[in-house]
Formats: sequence, C-alpha cells, structure tokens
Amino acid sequence: MDDLGGGSVLSGYDPGAFFCEMLRPGQPPDPALSLLVSRLSAMPVEALRRRAADAERDLLERGITFTVYSDAAAIDRVFPFDLIPRVITAPEWRQIETGVIQRVRAMNLFLHDIYHDRKILKDRVIPPELVLGNQAYCEVMIGFTPPCGTYAHICGIDVIRDDAGRFMVLEDNARTPSGVSYVVENRHMTQRVLSDLMRGLAVRSVDEYGLRLHRAMTEIAPPGVLDPQVVLLSPGIFNSAYFEHVFLAREMGVPLVEGSDLIVEAGKVWMRTTAGLAPVHTIYRRLNDDSLDPDAFRPDSLLGVRGLIEAWRRGAVAIANAVGTGVADDKAVYAYMPRIIRYYLAEDPILPNVETRICREPDGLAYTLDHLHELVVKPVAESGGYGLIIGPHATKAQIEEFRARLQAHPDNYISQPVVQLSVSPTLCEHGVAPRHVDLRPFAVTGRDTWVLPGGLTRVALRAGSLVVNSSQGGGSKDTWVLA
Amino acid sequence: MGAGVSDQIGVNHLIARHAAGLVWLARYMERIENLARLLDVTRTFARDSDDSGSWLSILRINSDETAFFERHSETNADTITRFYLLERGNPSAVQTAIHMARENARMLRALISTEMWLQINIFHGRIRALTEADLVPDHLTAVCTMLKEGTQAHTGITEGTFYRDQCWNFYMIGRYLERADQTTRLLDIKFNALLPSAATSDANVDAGQWNTLLRAAAGYHAYRREHPNGFTPPEVAGFLLLNGLFPRSVRLNLAQLEWHLTQLHGQYHLRGAAMALERLDMLRGLLVTQSIEQILARGLSPFLDYVQSQIGALHGDIMSGLCGE
Repeated sequence: MDDLGGGSVLSGYDPGAFFCEMLRPGQPPDPALSLLVSRLSAMPVEALRRRAADAERDLLERGITFTVYSDAAAIDRVFPFDLIPRVITAPEWRQIETGVIQRVRAMNLFLHDIYHDRKILKDRVIPPELVLGNQAYCEVMIGFTPPCGTYAHICGIDVIRDDAGRFMVLEDNARTPSGVSYVVENRHMTQRVLSDLMRGLAVRSVDEYGLRLHRAMTEIAPPGVLDPQVVLLSPGIFNSAYFEHVFLAREMGVPLVEGSDLIVEAGKVWMRTTAGLAPVHTIYRRLNDDSLDPDAFRPDSLLGVRGLIEAWRRGAVAIANAVGTGVADDKAVYAYMPRIIRYYLAEDPILPNVETRICREPDGLAYTLDHLHELVVKPVAESGGYGLIIGPHATKAQIEEFRARLQAHPDNYISQPVVQLSVSPTLCEHGVAPRHVDLRPFAVTGRDTWVLPGGLTRVALRAGSLVVNSSQGGGSKDTWVLA
Repeated sequence: MGAGVSDQIGVNHLIARHAAGLVWLARYMERIENLARLLDVTRTFARDSDDSGSWLSILRINSDETAFFERHSETNADTITRFYLLERGNPSAVQTAIHMARENARMLRALISTEMWLQINIFHGRIRALTEADLVPDHLTAVCTMLKEGTQAHTGITEGTFYRDQCWNFYMIGRYLERADQTTRLLDIKFNALLPSAATSDANVDAGQWNTLLRAAAGYHAYRREHPNGFTPPEVAGFLLLNGLFPRSVRLNLAQLEWHLTQLHGQYHLRGAAMALERLDMLRGLLVTQSIEQILARGLSPFLDYVQSQIGALHGDIMSGLCGE
C-alpha cells in the first residue's frame, strides 16, 4: 500500500557540513541506526506524508494542543510533530544523563548556598551582585532548607550539538520547564502511525515519567505522612500549557487543582473536596513564583493561595519547584555554571557549556569586542531569543552601534560563538530535508535525580533557522534513546 | 478543624469544583440529545413547516420565548431550527450546550477517560461545523440523527470507560436530573395542548399528537407494549411520570438519582448529600403515593410546576452541599 511514486524518505537527503543525527558521518555504524536508515530508505515519501496527515488530525482530535486566545476566541493549535525520529545512541545517552545529573546536583547545592552561607560569593567564584541583585533572588528563601535540600525538582536542560557532534548545554530551565507531555505523546503517536519503523529496535520507554515524578513528590512531602496527598496546581484551562497540566495530573493520578481549590487553615494546606477540606502534602505548581501567594509576592494575584509560602516554610507542605530557583537558570549565572560545578563537586563538567565569554571580565570583553562579527552577544537579563545581536548576520553599522552599547554596559552581556546545530532529516514541503534540532532532557529530583531517557527534541522547521522555540516556528520529534 | 474536615487516608478525594463540572457535563450532553429528538419529532409530525404551534411549543418547553423573539419574529421550522442548531449564545441551544460540555470536559480531562474527551472533542468540531446548508428540511433529520448518535456514543463510551468512583456518581446525578427535568417540561407543555377539547371528539386526530409526545421522550414503542389498546391522556401522562421501567420517566430518574446520592452518602461518607436525599425522599413520596388519576384530578400543571421547582432545588442542594457552591 506504500508503493507510491515520489522517491523514498532519504533519497536526495543531504545534510551538507552539519552533523546529522541520523546518518552520523565518520562514526562507526550502529546496527540499530543502520536498520532504521534502511527502513526509511525503503519508505516512499508520499507514504510518510500520508501518515503525517493522520498524525496531525489525531493530535487535534485528541486535543494534544496548546491554546491561543485572541479576541476571546480559543484556538487550539497543534505543536507541529515531525514523524522522523531523532536517535540517541546508548553511549551518547550516558554522557547526557550523567551530565544532566551532575548539573542538577551542582544547581541544588548552589541554590542552598546562596540562600544560606553564600560561600561561593565570599570565595569570589561568582560576583555577588549577579546573585543577590538578581530579579529571581527570593528573600523569603533565606535560611530555609526545603526537604532533601532539593530546590529544582523538575529541570529541563537544553542541550545542543555542534558540527563536530559535541554535546553542550545551551540553557538551563529550573523554574517550571514545560514540554515533557510532548515527549510521551510523541512516542504514543509514533507507536500509532509508525510502529513498523520501530519494530525490533530496543528503544527505551518514556512511560515511567509520571511514576517517577509522583515518587519524587512523595519523597519531599512533610515527614511522618503515611500516604502523602500530591496535587498539581495549574493556572487553569486558559493557560496555554493546560494540556501538559492535565497530562501530568493524569500520569501521577493526582487532582488537578487551581488556587481557588486550596486554602491554608490552622497552618496547613487543604483542598476543597466533596467531603469537605482534605489535607494536601505536596504541590507540584505550574504557576510562576510571583503568582503563588498574594501574601508573599504579588498581592493582586488571583491564581495563588494566600498563606502558602508561610505554610511551606513551616514544613506543613512541600512545593516543587521551590521559589527563587530562577537564579540558577539565569543567563548571567549560566556563564559561571562550569565554575559552579567545579566549586561544589570538584569535577569537570560532563556536559560543557557553549564556549561563553563574560563581558564583565576584561579578557571576555576584549575578546568579544575583537570578534563581534562572528559572535552572538546576548543580554543577560532577558530571555526568549530577543534583543541579541548575531554578528555574522549584522551589518557594519549595527555592529558599531552595538560596540558602543557593549562598552558602556559590559556587565549586561555575554558572548558565544554561533553554534551550527546538528540536523535531523525532517519532512518538509518539498520532501525530506535537514533541519536543526536541540534536545531538552527532563530531570526529576526528590532524594536523587532521575533523567527521563529521551527528552524533547525541538526542530526548527524553517530552512536554515537555528531557532527551535515553538513560538518561532519550531516543531518537535520523537526522541529514541537506544538501549 | 471543624465539621466538614475529612482526615481519612486512602480515599480518592474529589475536588468539589470538579464534582460540579461532572454534573454539568452530563446535563449538557443530555440536553443535546433531548433537543435533537424534539426537533426531529416536531419536524416529522408537524402538520407542515408553518405549523407554528408545534414549533412554538419547543420554545416553551425550554423557556426560550424571550431569547427567541429578540432575534426572530415568526416561529416556523426555519427559525426554530436555526435558533437551536446554528445560533450561539442561546443558553439552551446545541451550540452552547456542546461548547459548555467541552469546557467542562476540558476542566475534567484528568478525571474522565481519554476516550470520553476524544469523542466530545470530535463531536464538538462536528457541531461547530454545522451551517445553513444542513438545515434544509430533508436534511434536518440527518443532522438530528448525527446529534443523537453523538450523544449516544458519549453515553456508551462513558458506560464502558468511566471509572466508577464518586466521579461517576456525580456524572450520573447530572444525567438523571436533566432527564427528570426534561420529561416534566415536555409533559407540562404538550399535555394540555393535546387534551381533546369538548368540541372535538375525533380521537384519530389526537393519536398523531400523542404519538409525537411519546416519541419526543423516546418512549413510543415502550408505551405501545404497555398499552396496546391506544392512547388515553391519563395513561400517557402516567407513563411519562410514574412508570418504574421507562428510562425517561420522572419516577425512574428520581429512583436512580436516589441510588447515586445514597452511594455518595454511604460509601464515600459525604455528609453534604443529606439535604438532597431528604428533599428527594419527599419528592418521590409525592409520586409513589398518588395515582395518575388523583394527580390529574388535582391539576397536572401545578403538580408539574412543583416537581420542576423541586428538581431545580435538588440541583441546588447538590451544588451547595457537595460541590462547594
């Protein structure tokens, strides 16, 4: 039934100078990958396109969507899904997994330190003003140790690969990283529409996430509670990530609550149930820090729970992630992560940063000024890919204008080389073509850290684009970690 | 902590707001089926498309006269079907019902089965896609069939996939409240209109109308089996009100309602169910201790008004006692 014309999926596919996640030039052939490549080579591209159409309709019907609100109308959009999987071999995964665990450990030790003894600041490893003057630094955390010493229970570490195939960390997400629901749903989609591609291959399962997450949430619950009640706190059905909140609540088997369902009374947190008030022990919250408790943060927040932070500080309830974790994923602090890892763990980073120069340091500034035309210079106080300069794409005038700004406020900037992200074959309008990808593995930490085998592979669907964000034309792929 | 605090361990708690959502989800889905049947039956048995009395009665059953006449001046097949099937913003129209059902289902997505959500989501898309072209007379039955089949698929999927903890009890309470309410409304509006006046004694003319009434309640064939000799007004009213076996009789729905409320009260120790149970006890007593002849002798309309107000109050008891409202 698949014998339509139009060539096979991989005929004519040419990744050029980029590192290709599928063809792996220069690497010893992996038997599982070779089998996958031969299956793709035998599949007509039209058959793939037909299955892609099935998949898109399926996602829409299942409501695996994010919701965009405009003029009071709710529009459900599908996060574009590309059927051709991104593959990670077992040795590669070992590096990512151990690297992520190492990074999360260092982040939690760093967060504990900056809210207690501040040794790392006294030892001048990182400038104190970057931490204490940081917008995400949270006064209410000072002197408070959350259970297990864990602050960033759910972490998403964005990993990219350069043209030589080297993995490196581009960004840390330690607040409320999203995307894990797509990891699992993408796998289910592959199993529905492309199971023949996977047959006989030892691909590691992603179905354990809810179980592991729930286990971590019970580990951090107040001590002495036999069967802790975990809830997922969502801003509600109008939040664009609402599907993920549903997914997480369902996978953990816990109530999906909104702020109005919770109340703090007699120093404890309760939920309003059909039987009256029932105790709550752990809250996995998908609200921002400043919405969480009108008493502690924004007094106008309607989404949060009055008195929650005080109850937490007294140990009556656990909250994941802790507030104030944003210091650890800040762009300015990112530049110091390799030093932070060495400082707390006395180990070299298993996953390096993208080579980053800190413009507040004289050497870094000098190098950056000398190489503006070939660097990406990023402001450290913003996020989302805006307000930066990409040297190779800038005009002379833009570079000179930027030079003046940089010299006036060097503290506000870091610089990095333009990394040529690895590519993966992707179904496009005119056949299968190389498109740039990144990877967001998810780490769950209660007492220990566990990393979901795989992660969210985001793909820049526009030719040549290096921006994988869903807000800027990105899609996603199923990520296969080979056993 | 005071009354109303549960400290049981191992109980699967249900958030009060979600319980309310389950009641509403069932009610809205049930409304779509009722409306579809009513439109279809009216179209089939109305003497012609300008039989304004038949079409008007649909408005009266749903208490929609005000909302309707703000938009339309005449009641006929075209305006009524447009009002109920295409226009948005009418609280009892199909577009509103499916929208509200889906919003509730969206809120409840972590609780209902994925199959339930999937079907509601697709059904929603189908209803949203209805256009004027679907309302031409010979196509209206097909639309009504699509609506009935959609809600019946929902009912079947719910029966087959919905986990039967207290969520299910709340859902079923919504369904039975809505059915009991719809049957009283239908009977109230249609019954008096169909009573043979002193001037006409042509029983055959009326047979068609009784037929319509029973079909609108999906009870025609069951009624025939129970009363093969024809239609008498007391028997039809008795069938719809007091029959213990007919799925849409008021009596059966109240009995099922009681069973689910008792479950909540007994199995789940929801003390907030007490008030609703008390009212239900009184209401069922009213139906069980009287024959249809006694009810008719005292006046059907005031009786139905009272039953309807009590069904509304029951909904209120459940919302305030159990759903935190």
